[in-house]
Amino acid sequence: MANDATQSIHDPATAGEDQYLTFILAEEEYGVDILRVQEIKGWERPTPLPNTPDYIRGVINVRGMIVPIIDMRMRFGMEPMDYGPTTVVIMLRVVGEERERVMGVVVDAVSEVYSIGADNLQPAPDFGTRIGVNFVRGLATVEEQMILVLDIDTLLGPGLIASTDAIEAEATA
Amino acid sequence: MSIDMAQFIDAFLEESFEGLERMETELLALDGGDPETLNTIFRCAHSIKGGAGTFGFGAISGFTHGVETLLDRMRNGEQEAAPETVNLLLRAVDTLRAQLHAARDGGEADAAEVAEVRTLIEAHLGDAAPASEAGTPPAVDGDDGIDTSSGAHDGGPRGWRIHFQPYADLMRTGNDPLRMFEVLEELGTLSVHCETDRLPDNADAFDPEDCHLAWTLELEGDATRDQVQEVFEWVEDECDLLIEPLDADSEPTTEAPPLTPEPAEMGATTPRPPEASAARGGSGNRGAESSSMRVNAGKIDALIDMVGELVITQSMLTDISEQLEEDPSKMEAQIERLRTGLGELERNTRELQESVMSIRMVPIAQVFNRFPRLVHDISGQLGKQIELTLKGEYTEVDKTVMEHLGDPLVHLVRNAVDHGIEMPEERAAAGKPETGQVTLEAFHRGGNVVIEIRDDGKGMDADRILAKARDAGLVGPNQHLDRHEILQLVFEPGLSTADQVSDLSGRGVGMDVVKKNIRGLGGNVELESEPGKGSRLTIRLPLTLSIMDGQLLKIGDETFVIPLIAIVESLQTLPESVKQAFGKLPLYRLRDEYIPIVDLAALFGRTEPSPLPERALLVVAEADDQRVALRVDDLLGQQQVVIKTLETNFRKVPGTAGATILGDGQVALILDIAGIARMASGRDTRAA
Repeated sequence: MANDATQSIHDPATAGEDQYLTFILAEEEYGVDILRVQEIKGWERPTPLPNTPDYIRGVINVRGMIVPIIDMRMRFGMEPMDYGPTTVVIMLRVVGEERERVMGVVVDAVSEVYSIGADNLQPAPDFGTRIGVNFVRGLATVEEQMILVLDIDTLLGPGLIASTDAIEAEATA
Repeated sequence: MSIDMAQFIDAFLEESFEGLERMETELLALDGGDPETLNTIFRCAHSIKGGAGTFGFGAISGFTHGVETLLDRMRNGEQEAAPETVNLLLRAVDTLRAQLHAARDGGEADAAEVAEVRTLIEAHLGDAAPASEAGTPPAVDGDDGIDTSSGAHDGGPRGWRIHFQPYADLMRTGNDPLRMFEVLEELGTLSVHCETDRLPDNADAFDPEDCHLAWTLELEGDATRDQVQEVFEWVEDECDLLIEPLDADSEPTTEAPPLTPEPAEMGATTPRPPEASAARGGSGNRGAESSSMRVNAGKIDALIDMVGELVITQSMLTDISEQLEEDPSKMEAQIERLRTGLGELERNTRELQESVMSIRMVPIAQVFNRFPRLVHDISGQLGKQIELTLKGEYTEVDKTVMEHLGDPLVHLVRNAVDHGIEMPEERAAAGKPETGQVTLEAFHRGGNVVIEIRDDGKGMDADRILAKARDAGLVGPNQHLDRHEILQLVFEPGLSTADQVSDLSGRGVGMDVVKKNIRGLGGNVELESEPGKGSRLTIRLPLTLSIMDGQLLKIGDETFVIPLIAIVESLQTLPESVKQAFGKLPLYRLRDEYIPIVDLAALFGRTEPSPLPERALLVVAEADDQRVALRVDDLLGQQQVVIKTLETNFRKVPGTAGATILGDGQVALILDIAGIARMASGRDTRAA
């Protein structure tokens, strides 16, 4: 292990470390705070919503609750992929100013759970204007693999709502 | 005490608000001091005082004490239930409500108002006290006039001697003397002497649940009389209690602490301006949405019964599946049982749904109850004589509907009182009784809740409304409207009947806002009026907001739901009735009307606009007086759907009024006809 600061889940988590669930998008690994993961579901066809951006695939029924589904590849402007048997939807709790929302993100596959100390998160470099850095909490290295740790409250929060609101404003103008 | 009191505070506050409402209602009904009514009011005040003391709201407890003392005198006939006394008590109710709101929200009540009302009450008590003479502080105790000015507050006795003789049923009410002594012990050094002379000699007469004992307690220390008294707060009515300073052997005093108004304060009291009280009666505070609700126990029992049935049905279905596994040869018989079982399940589910819905239903009395006070205050202020009649207060409406109904109703009732009912002399001149009638009635009719506000006042002048509407450009010079249509113009924004605006109405809520609010609840409002005879406003609201009758339809391969109530008709197009405007806007000619045809798939950005096929299926729907003809591919069934909002986890989506879950678990969007009409009338909305 090149970087001893990171550990696999099998080691007891030590103080100051958070656990992250990682998922794969086009062979890249991304992490989200595991405490925000509500459940993991298989892909099912959602009901599309009118006049929303492409990456909002629609809504599905999760035990009587209507939950929007966001395609992460499309959100990041990556090449879209056909949904297959390993395609999963991770249900995340997104904490906003007024309330909590539950949203599902479509990813290629779920990978691992890691404990990563806050010290070992490097700030994200400037990705340019296309992808805002504000929703990247930091970069970590585990077993030579780079993990982009995402701040889902920013990624799926007001920014995403606002971007669709802009379209709403356009649609109702 | 080791119990965490915080958990009870919410319950106390909620009960206190209810108590205050009760007090208000009863005060308004108080006619010449009916003892039973006075007792009820007294009890409400008493509970609030006790609770406030227990939960450490000393100021509220102290304030209520004065109110309670005044009420006590009234019920003992020592004080007359004169209108100004009742008005003072009503004002005290308002003040208390403000204090409780402050306690709940962590804010501060208006200290000046509290002090002023308190002074007024004390002055009132001073007036009535037999020993009081102008200029001398009436240093008398509230109950029996025994001098208490040598009391504990200033001098500092060694402690208190307490004669405590509970009535026999004290313990049956859940009170335990031992507990109280334990609390007393925390206040100082306590010595207890038990008097057993009330114990029956005969063992047969001894009921172990009765309290046969009495006590004399001596409490040494610097506890105040109030502190001692607080211990006995809850049992005041269930015992003979005597608290006396330890020094003064000869002068026993009763429990109530002295109320000693200062003469200066008495002189300074001014009558309260009536506007303030009228404003308070309709203040928004009471309309605040509460996150908890009280549910009739019967409804919960019914729910439990139904869940029981559901469990039985479930085990029956499990049994069938096991039997099928064991012996597949008896398939036929088992399938028959399965059908019965599923039928049961369907019935259970439907009933369960209905009962769960009914839990959200609350009696409209919760809104209606504020009106007697409102009408009392406004009519007093305007010098009108008005009798308010409430009917159908127990009609149930959805909790959310009720919470949003308050403000529009206040506005409408205010209007009826302010503009509808004439002054007494004017009424007499018109040959009507001097007392005007305002009726507020609620009832169910055909899946709707109907609320009517009727008055026998002067009615509306249709010609004047029309003239104003023409001035405002709402009605064209050549447009002809019938009387009913003219009257509905009052709900239009921009039609301000400005010369009517008094300090009562015109508080920023116009009739257009009333209509908008009621529309927002999925209802509508109509006005009928006859000059000289009065007006009637009719509000129709859906029973519940969370379930509606829907028409399922297919557009492309997607299922949508349209509210059944919005559908005017469904039809197959006749080629000669399809017209074009500007080369691209298709219109359908339905009888005398041209209705825009909406290609929903294109509007929703699913497909490119496509030409209308020769014989297309159209659903003509109406909302907000706008009609649209939706192109659909197939009409499916009608069913009740449970409305779910998209805003919980996402946001509002234009053109939809939420979503529902179909039988197969799929989500179907509910169409918002008004929104679609707006989108369709806007520019090409296929989002770029």
